Amino acid sequence: MTSKEYKTITDIKGPLVFLEKTEPVAYGEIVSIRLSDGSEKNGQVLDTSDDMVVVQVFEGTEAIDRKAGVKFLGDVFKLPVSKGLIGRILDGAGRPRDGGPEIIADEDADIIGAAINPYSRQSPHDFIQTGVSAIDCCTTLVRGQKLPIFSASGLPHNDIALQIARQAKLRDSDEEFIVVFCAMGITAEEYNFFRSDLERTGALENAALFVNLADDPAVERLITPRLALTAAEYLAFEHDYHVLVIYTDMTNYCDSLRQIGAAREEVPGRRGYPGYMYTDLAMLYERAGIVKGKKGSITQFPILTMPGDDITHPIPDLSGYITEGQIVISRELHQAGIYPPINVLPSLSRLMGSCIGEKTTRDDHKKVSDQMYAAYAQGRELRGLVAIVGEDALNERDLQLLKFADIFEDKFLRQDRDEDRTIDETLNLCWDLMTSIDTKYLVRLDQELIEKYHPEEKKE
Amino acid sequence: MSKNEGVIYRISGPVVTATGIEARMYEVVRVGHEKLMGEVIEIHGEQSVIQVYEDTSGIRPGEPVLSTGQTLSVQLGPGLLTQIYDGIQRPLKTLEEVMGVFITRGVDADGLDLEKKWEFVPTASTGDEVKGGQVIGTVQETDTITHKIMVPPKASGKIKSIKSGEFNVTQTVCKLDDGTEIQMMQEWPVRHPRPYSQKYAPDTPLVTGMRILDFLFPLAKGGAAGIPGPFGSGKTVTQQSLAKYSDAQLVVYIGCGERGNEMTEVLDEFPHLIDPNTGKPLMNRTVMIANTSNMPVAAREASVYTGITIAEYFRDQGYDVALMADSTSRWAEAMREISSRLEEMPGEEGYPAYLSSRLAEFYERAGRVETLNGEDGSVTVIGAVSPPGGDISEPVSQGTLRIVKVFWGLDAGLARQRHFPAINWLSSYSLYPQSLNQWFRDNIASDFPEVRTQISALLKVEAELQEIVQLVGSDALPIDQQLTLEVARMIREYFLQQNGFDPIDAYSGVQQQYAMAQAILTFQEEAKKAMAAGARLQDVVNVPARTELMRARFAEGYLEKIGGLVEAMVVEIAETAEAN
Ligand SMILES: Nc1ncnc2c1ncn2[C@@H]1O[C@H](COP(=O)(O)OP(=O)(O)O)[C@@H](O)[C@H]1O
Ligand SMILES: [Mg+2]
Repeated sequence: MTSKEYKTITDIKGPLVFLEKTEPVAYGEIVSIRLSDGSEKNGQVLDTSDDMVVVQVFEGTEAIDRKAGVKFLGDVFKLPVSKGLIGRILDGAGRPRDGGPEIIADEDADIIGAAINPYSRQSPHDFIQTGVSAIDCCTTLVRGQKLPIFSASGLPHNDIALQIARQAKLRDSDEEFIVVFCAMGITAEEYNFFRSDLERTGALENAALFVNLADDPAVERLITPRLALTAAEYLAFEHDYHVLVIYTDMTNYCDSLRQIGAAREEVPGRRGYPGYMYTDLAMLYERAGIVKGKKGSITQFPILTMPGDDITHPIPDLSGYITEGQIVISRELHQAGIYPPINVLPSLSRLMGSCIGEKTTRDDHKKVSDQMYAAYAQGRELRGLVAIVGEDALNERDLQLLKFADIFEDKFLRQDRDEDRTIDETLNLCWDLMTSIDTKYLVRLDQELIEKYHPEEKKE
Repeated sequence: MSKNEGVIYRISGPVVTATGIEARMYEVVRVGHEKLMGEVIEIHGEQSVIQVYEDTSGIRPGEPVLSTGQTLSVQLGPGLLTQIYDGIQRPLKTLEEVMGVFITRGVDADGLDLEKKWEFVPTASTGDEVKGGQVIGTVQETDTITHKIMVPPKASGKIKSIKSGEFNVTQTVCKLDDGTEIQMMQEWPVRHPRPYSQKYAPDTPLVTGMRILDFLFPLAKGGAAGIPGPFGSGKTVTQQSLAKYSDAQLVVYIGCGERGNEMTEVLDEFPHLIDPNTGKPLMNRTVMIANTSNMPVAAREASVYTGITIAEYFRDQGYDVALMADSTSRWAEAMREISSRLEEMPGEEGYPAYLSSRLAEFYERAGRVETLNGEDGSVTVIGAVSPPGGDISEPVSQGTLRIVKVFWGLDAGLARQRHFPAINWLSSYSLYPQSLNQWFRDNIASDFPEVRTQISALLKVEAELQEIVQLVGSDALPIDQQLTLEVARMIREYFLQQNGFDPIDAYSGVQQQYAMAQAILTFQEEAKKAMAAGARLQDVVNVPARTELMRARFAEGYLEKIGGLVEAMVVEIAETAEAN
């Protein structure tokens, strides 16, 4: 392969470097750039032709001048993978960040990641108990699912993600998850929060961390999640691990994508984000799941902060179109002092149907969940009406539902950061709380279930 | 002699520019040492611009490009049914055998199994004059579908010899006088509509078993419908329900740029589900195309054409085919991505200026036709649309709505209330009722259209009343309007809502739909009478027989029971007046 150094940079613009008069350079090839002070930067080829090569520089183009030397390394970006990744902390480009040695590779894996053949997938169906009532009851998580947290700045999404990582388990099984954590442009403080929590609970020894912080190069963020997912795939599909991938914050990732698009003078899509952002995000999110003939699995928990709390913003919007549901964090509930402030109404787990019921959770799960949801939704709507017409205009049923909305938030949603409720506890709690509504208004429950579980109507 | 080997000049994502070949537009070329499949989409002087159907990483300028002389085509013949293909008709099962679970590149695969033998039964004889599209024999492909072998559209003549027995799809089964040899497999370029004798106006509904669709917004066989909706509103569940229950004879399901797991779900489910119309496994009538969101965009662009060409091929055999594309927005985005790499002048929201004409050309391939064989066949197209932020003022939604005659508008608000299917009954429409009314009168009930009108009128009145309720509460309304609200609530909760996952409620025959609508109108009438005689609204609404009437739809044999349940309700309502 060519290891010749070129000094033929013509233009430098934003994160991009343009060169001419090279030998044939491969699309996607990795590039090393030597600056006049001897330091090095890395990049990747975005466009290549006989006349011109465009390189995207991960560390940013700061201090690069036209005299810089450019070498093409002959291959696309690869991550050295082995079981030695477990317990390690790497930077956003995959280099050790914990002072430890280089990873001794079993193989070098292409970080772009090939698509899983849909014919080779296996439908996820194993219930994961997170111990968080709102999730377990209403937006149940399934092993192999990609379920993002839609949050916004200043909300406790990190606490929720960590609580899930700590508590997630299969019922009646001691199979554990290992965590692959990927930071993209978050603050050092947030990172330390994650790290010390993983350390405190001993999870760090069973985790691999890929870290790009707010003051690390923005363009590198485009690589970081791909490294993390490559590691996850290797551990899941070569070594049978059940991997939980947490990555945060997708919003920073998308902003880097927008920056590249702008530098290439591409026609922007909505709000300046590139038209191919959907495809680009899909190439991350779709790297979740279970495949035939392999024991391991990849479950994804991407976290994103909705700019302006707006769920129609392209980042949450395109994510929601790809992921298998979403958990929506509410500022209103947070301000009301409720943790975890999960708004179950816009939240959804698309795979829930495949993992709940008599054989996996409990026979009443589906109906209880529907009833809790319906009663809460109506109660919330009545709050709006009461604000206009006053409580006097409500009939008995509406008054009960109105009160139930408060009970739901106070008793069902609210739980401690280390409170780990089993699915039985969660469902029993639901029944307890629903006693505040006359059974004749609990139209989503059938008589059989009422007689089996309703604390006041139970037939022993 | 044209030059059929050139070299790569430039690579930019899925778009490669080659020099030195003289290729025609839309010709298939092989790119690079790995011979990746691509298609010429633009010619600039010496340069041919190629969209490549596989990942281009690692490919370099200077690598060879070969032209093949062919345009992007699909293989048509026995063996299509029950298959799942990628966007360029490579069977995913074959890809798994060759590559393992991850899709790598540089692998060719035939769309049909070229070895497998099929029992060919001739239906024409030596000496017959035949023309393009004429059926000359049959193959029992699955236990529901008889595959008809047709003379390729452009051939014609007198049959010199025709065989009978077991053949694979490339063996000649028939020879014409002019030397033409006919095999069971034919190829057809995907971007060209297949020919037919004439188009007819649709006059038969595609019965879907979904009450809101068949009853209020019916789609005709040979018609086209758009289903726009934000994420999570029910596009995929609706499309899958249509694939399961609609009374098409064949279904082509295109997963275009959506989730891998959703295709897996169909693959897991369909072989075990029974087609309510034939009693046979659903898979037997289904062809699937899966180009998921993380598979190459150029193949995503091609996938809808691959799908519709297969649909047309079965239409030409005289079948009613339904095609679902989930989602057409991803197809449009693929066009946008390629267009932007070509540095074309963008139209609205970066989409190419030809977006709306491509959409129109695609939906125009739907239709009910007289086939070249003189039979009736149809392709019904149902396209999901995924508008950003759920706002349908965007170009793909608007371009679609200008063409299709049926609009099933999914509504985030309804989905959030868990009112499923979350189809908004106020904004949705169908322009077919006029042409379908006769069918409904003849096959269901002579007053079917009138009953439909009454039901939709009640829903419109409810919407107006709800505005008042928002201001003053429902108790402030006069009692007859309060009753109207109760009747409308019954329409929504009993009739419009339908759980797509409930094994019984998910499918409702039109006869049953009509009976349910009548039951609602009966309730209204009887309630009015009873209240005029002094009954209280609350008592009328709460009669146990009405609750039973509504609940019983989740149990088997509802259509037979409904008459008795309504009678019981009538009696109990009358009693509420006497009690006062
Ligand atoms: N007809 C229906 N019956 C029951 N649930 C439905 C129905 N339609 C949608 N849903 C619910 O809504 C969720 C999202 O539906 P889906 O079709 O995947 O949405 P979209 O394709 O528009 O993103 C489903 O997972 C299911 O929970
Ligand atoms: Mg969908």
